[in-house]
Amino acid sequence: MNGLIAVVAGVLFGFGLDLARMTDPERVLGFLDIAGSWDPTLVFVLAGAVVTATVGFRLIGRGDSWFGGPMRLPQRSDIDRPLVLGAALFGAGWGLAGYCPGPGLAALVQGAADPAWFVVGLIAGMTAFAVARRS
Amino acid sequence: MVEFDWLSALAGGVLIGLAATLLLAGSGRIAGISGILGGVLERPRGDTLWRGLFLAGLLVGAAVHQWLDPAAVEARTGFPVWALLAAGVLVGVGTRMGSGCTSGHGVCGLARLSPRSGVATAVFVAVAMIVTWLLRHGPLAGVLT
Repeated sequence: MNGLIAVVAGVLFGFGLDLARMTDPERVLGFLDIAGSWDPTLVFVLAGAVVTATVGFRLIGRGDSWFGGPMRLPQRSDIDRPLVLGAALFGAGWGLAGYCPGPGLAALVQGAADPAWFVVGLIAGMTAFAVARRS
Repeated sequence: MVEFDWLSALAGGVLIGLAATLLLAGSGRIAGISGILGGVLERPRGDTLWRGLFLAGLLVGAAVHQWLDPAAVEARTGFPVWALLAAGVLVGVGTRMGSGCTSGHGVCGLARLSPRSGVATAVFVAVAMIVTWLLRHGPLAGVLT
């Protein structure tokens, strides 16, 4: 059942990303470009997602999940260096090409080279970080 | 057409919020794409299958929408390969170091009122805006052409 939940959630997520035009990096850069002709699309996407998730998470409560046992929620609340530095590095990459991880992966279905090169870098970066942390 | 795009954006956002709610309610997991992808790459014992299925679903969902509305998103061409690779590496390292991306921190974290996610989201949006400004209007204008 957890597999089915994962597939359905993934399909909804991917469909939502493409419907919301987040798979178009130029639209994302249009939002980030506050000095240019600003594109508010991403505000609507984020608002729709955050409000829905806030209500949804409230309704779920804090008990066990339906099929996966206890909720695995992050417990930390400290603001440390890796959090801030990591977010800054991520922001630099996001502002450079207009892709964050979900839209970058979803854009692969366009069959174009543009998102594919981004995902090659994404996987390389994640793998490099995992190797560095282990050693 | 601008109004239509706003409506699509809002509807797409609602679907993303529903997906996050379903994954948490059904399996007790946070729908953070960087965490899910990073988890696949690191292969923790017995924990890879649902991640792979979620990511496969993500691609199927995007493909279905693109099939229904092929004109919605046009693939970008001509963006420098070095910049795409560099952006990917920065996003890969940054999201793993910072424990999340736009979905994990920006959607799920903000919905849980997590202070860490609030700080992370403020930082990555601000830095992304600065980098975009540098590349489009600032001293780095022209680097990507």
